[in-house]
Amino acid sequence: MSHHIVEIKDVHHVYPDGTAALRGVSFRITHGESVAIIGANGAGKSTLLLHLNGYLVPTSGEIRIGDTPLTKTTLPEIRRTVGMVFQEPDDQLFMPTVYDDVAFGPYNLGLPGPEVEKRVTGALERVGAGHLVNKPPYHLSGGEKKRVAIATVLSMSPDILVMDEPTSGLDPFARRQLMALLHDFKHTKIFTSHDLDMVLGLCERTIVLHNGEVRADGPTMDIFRDDELLAQCRLEKPFSMQGCPVCGKGA
Amino acid sequence: MASIDGALLDFKRLDQLAMGNTSLHRLDPRAKVLTTIVFIISVISFNKYELSALAPYFIFPVALVALGDLPPLLIVKKILLLCPFVLMVGLFNPVLDRAVFFHLGPVGITGGMISFTSIVARSVLTVGAAIILVCVTGFSDICRAMERLGMPQVFAVQLHFLYRYIFVLIDEGGRASRARQLRCFGKKGLGMKTYGSMLGHLLLRTWMRAERIHMAMLARGFTGEFRTRHEYRFGGREALFLLGWTTLFIVFRFVNISRLLGAFFTGNFQ
Repeated sequence: MSHHIVEIKDVHHVYPDGTAALRGVSFRITHGESVAIIGANGAGKSTLLLHLNGYLVPTSGEIRIGDTPLTKTTLPEIRRTVGMVFQEPDDQLFMPTVYDDVAFGPYNLGLPGPEVEKRVTGALERVGAGHLVNKPPYHLSGGEKKRVAIATVLSMSPDILVMDEPTSGLDPFARRQLMALLHDFKHTKIFTSHDLDMVLGLCERTIVLHNGEVRADGPTMDIFRDDELLAQCRLEKPFSMQGCPVCGKGA
Repeated sequence: MASIDGALLDFKRLDQLAMGNTSLHRLDPRAKVLTTIVFIISVISFNKYELSALAPYFIFPVALVALGDLPPLLIVKKILLLCPFVLMVGLFNPVLDRAVFFHLGPVGITGGMISFTSIVARSVLTVGAAIILVCVTGFSDICRAMERLGMPQVFAVQLHFLYRYIFVLIDEGGRASRARQLRCFGKKGLGMKTYGSMLGHLLLRTWMRAERIHMAMLARGFTGEFRTRHEYRFGGREALFLLGWTTLFIVFRFVNISRLLGAFFTGNFQ
């Protein structure tokens, strides 16, 4: 199942205005891994994510998804393989009803009607949103929107799930629910987030970006124990690893 | 920004009505769209002094409101919202057209008064029919129906997106406006100048959002063609609905039912 591998080799990206957002990023994520990409604002996380499904093209360097290098001809296949969930669900849910939205990807893949229907029901059940199927997206709450946004991607049965800030804007309960859901996915998962407690709970590996470079790449626990590294990269320990605010004892 | 937020809520209300499940809601949208188009064309095709022949047409909106289980008051309110525009259009008719048509007791009814009333009646009919169509069909189904009736897909998609994002846009505009209001302490703020830059910001934000939406579409394999399910069927019920109503409209158009009825009751056949 080598197509679940994401390989980034020395990727540079310079925006048209001259900002160098990525400066030689390299890593390799293998099948079934759950990886967090963290970093301060402007570290290059979003730019990096947009490279993973070919929305941005590297100025130099190479990206491979599985055995396929990312080029113009392989783009459709790669976009099916890499399911991308954006930070703002309103940008992702653009069809008149939840059903149409979840069916958008499968229809574009050219699947026949009954198969599309099966996939839509399956994906919505998976995220616990089966009852929302005929609602228009603008009638949903934030948590519901997020789950439907994930379903829109799941319906294409991607091998790799990429999510930008999955827990942003959710209430604590919806956040827990979403984390439990993501925990059960067996896909290769790549998250960017400022929610470091979520990272601690979901990702065994963490990549720290700083000024467009990979500053650290290793087991999440090791990274969060490295106070010096965190301080240099304008990051902090997850709250669950900080001392108790009442009694002062370490967690 | 109570008014903007209120308008948004009203929009959502129409949308919820469209999710109803009466026999009227279940009809193929194409039948409803075509019927409404025929209705509107026949109503506006009368000459400007026609008033009595318009009366029978009110049966269509009334019947649809009843069949579709719609709240009549809401529809009336929506129609009233448009009244200022209608009044603007017809305002000068009574002033400019003073030829007396007939006398109602001591009052001379002028052509201007009649054409003004006719404009109002026609607006109420056409706007009412359009609003009712939205309430029993839903905006996106209307778009879909128009597309299947031959409207180019580009327009259909434009309308889809317009409707989808009008909610987001109103939200954003409302937020910006509230932020301005909260910082100008009941005074005028900086006047028109702030509105200019506010609109500019809104445009830029819309632009950026459009780019992100496009990104999300590409990420899901969008190639320029919209494919959605087609679950409606144009069957016997639809044909009956369309034929029945259009025949009635055409009869109303060429036979002045009001005058016939009047003549019947006064025994005054010519």
